[in-house]
Amino acid sequence: MPWRPVLIAAAALVALAAPFAAGWVQTFLILALAKGLAVLGILVLLQAGQVSFGHALYFAIGAYAVAFVARGLAGGELVTLLLFSAIIAGLGGLVIGLFVVRYRYIFFGMLNLAFSMVFYSILEKFFHLTGGSDGIRVPRPSVLGLTLGRDGFELTLYVVAIVCAVLFGVLVHRYLKSPLGQALRAIKSNETRLEYIGVSARRVLLVAYVVSAVLCGLGGAITALAQGLATPEYAFWIRSGEFVFIAILGGAAHVAGAFVGALAFEGIRSFAAVIFADGWQMALGLMLIAVVLFASEGIAGLWVKLTGKSAPAKAEAAP
Amino acid sequence: MSAQTMALAFFDGVAYAALVFLVAVGLTLIFGVMRILNIAHGSLYAFGAYAAASLVAGLGLMGWSPWLAYPALAVAAALVGIIVGGAIETLLLQRIYAKEESLQLLVTFAVFMVLENVQRLVWGVQPYFVAEPVQMLGNINLGGIDYTRYQTLLLPAVALAVLLGLRLFLKGTLSGQIILAVTEDREAATAIGVNAKRVFFVTFVIGASLAALGGALAAPTTSILPGMGADMIVLSFAVAATAGLGQIEGAALTALLIGLGRSFAVYLAPEFEVLTPYLIMVLVLLARPQGLFARPEARRI
Repeated sequence: MPWRPVLIAAAALVALAAPFAAGWVQTFLILALAKGLAVLGILVLLQAGQVSFGHALYFAIGAYAVAFVARGLAGGELVTLLLFSAIIAGLGGLVIGLFVVRYRYIFFGMLNLAFSMVFYSILEKFFHLTGGSDGIRVPRPSVLGLTLGRDGFELTLYVVAIVCAVLFGVLVHRYLKSPLGQALRAIKSNETRLEYIGVSARRVLLVAYVVSAVLCGLGGAITALAQGLATPEYAFWIRSGEFVFIAILGGAAHVAGAFVGALAFEGIRSFAAVIFADGWQMALGLMLIAVVLFASEGIAGLWVKLTGKSAPAKAEAAP
Repeated sequence: MSAQTMALAFFDGVAYAALVFLVAVGLTLIFGVMRILNIAHGSLYAFGAYAAASLVAGLGLMGWSPWLAYPALAVAAALVGIIVGGAIETLLLQRIYAKEESLQLLVTFAVFMVLENVQRLVWGVQPYFVAEPVQMLGNINLGGIDYTRYQTLLLPAVALAVLLGLRLFLKGTLSGQIILAVTEDREAATAIGVNAKRVFFVTFVIGASLAALGGALAAPTTSILPGMGADMIVLSFAVAATAGLGQIEGAALTALLIGLGRSFAVYLAPEFEVLTPYLIMVLVLLARPQGLFARPEARRI
């Protein structure tokens, strides 16, 4: 499709130009894109029909990986920090993934939730290491050896967030189109048949799980750098719930859904905070119920329907 | 570890296990019959605790006998089970029985988000305490240490009564047999005239009331805080999963195992207190993926 690269380039250009209009837009977009990366991770797992209620775990692992190293080195180097946090999150995903990919649906979702809750309480309890509920301050790292001021660093981080979003958006799109990604979808439609053609469903899901952990870890790392702080709240179940919420709302039909969903979510949140005040979480819950009951394909699903393209293979009933 | 600390850890563990069992058995009963994992179960536990605290405090204000606090705990649990549980089943769950498993999970998760928010709106974020039910029963001296009668006698007794009651109800009464029949084969049961819809409603209300009862009974032993629901759903799931989802007697034994494991960890390695239940769960599930007491299911192709 020749229009797709054009569309991506246009979206990237518009996003790059946006911060020159207003300063706060930049911070907003960094956080939204970081969240979009994490949602992209959830979206990968959704292809296999699996919902994780604990992926804030990897978000927090990424954030704390950055925080520990940046604190230890009194700054460090941006690129190395991001790489390091992605690797640590990926390793965490590999270890926990080896266990959870044995399970599907209820067990998959709940075991992930359990691991994230355990990590959350570790972050809170081991005060001398993690700073407890106050978290760890993240000093500003250098960028390719340059020490930047606050504005310069924010702009750099913003460009990094966009590059990551476009890069991983394209990579994940390719991955889902590849045989490995097709096999992942087959876990949802008929896992037994997948096994019969000689593909290990566990291995396919494990790859997806590690990919999702890396994406969440990167999102967490960027968020921690933007906020200058890593707190246990990063691992809290409500954050995991938000990721799932956005992924469902954005729709699992297209990778763009993750970022469109994250932008819409953060946008609505910053404007609607006044209206909903203390009822924000309730509003999320009610909307999630409405989406599941009435539009389970999400925004991207509606888009696919409206533009008349065929929706991704629906789950077939097992004979 | 001296004999006295061991006894202390033991009674602590049993009391804790009794509370966790009440919540976990509700979760596992609902799953066994309806094949739905109710994530909002943790909220029902928290609602039970808050409702009990409010009711007992209300009794105090009215100047009625403090002994009424005990029936008040049960009433609070039943109210939460019937009103909140009943509303969840009729308004929402009935619409999603035919949906995919992951969508069902999403809906109960969303209900959980909503209820946690409602709880904060109604009861705020400051901690609540209801010490009266524990104080009135006084202490009991065992081997030179004073224990509260509430925790050493009442809680295990209630848990045991619920376990035996459920067993008698399911095996010995017609309604129980009907519930078991729906669990075994919903289609066949419907074909011979069982109203599966009603069975689901009754089961859900019973399960919800058990979670609320766990909360109501926990209320006097701890400070009631936001977040207790989230902790409890994960813990009770750990118990139910370790036992094998749908196993009632198994849930009792597993609750005991996990309760004791946790309370001994408090005395031996305090930093592992939170981790112990999950370590036990992971170890069990690595060896027996279906849980300790579940029969392996035939694979459906």
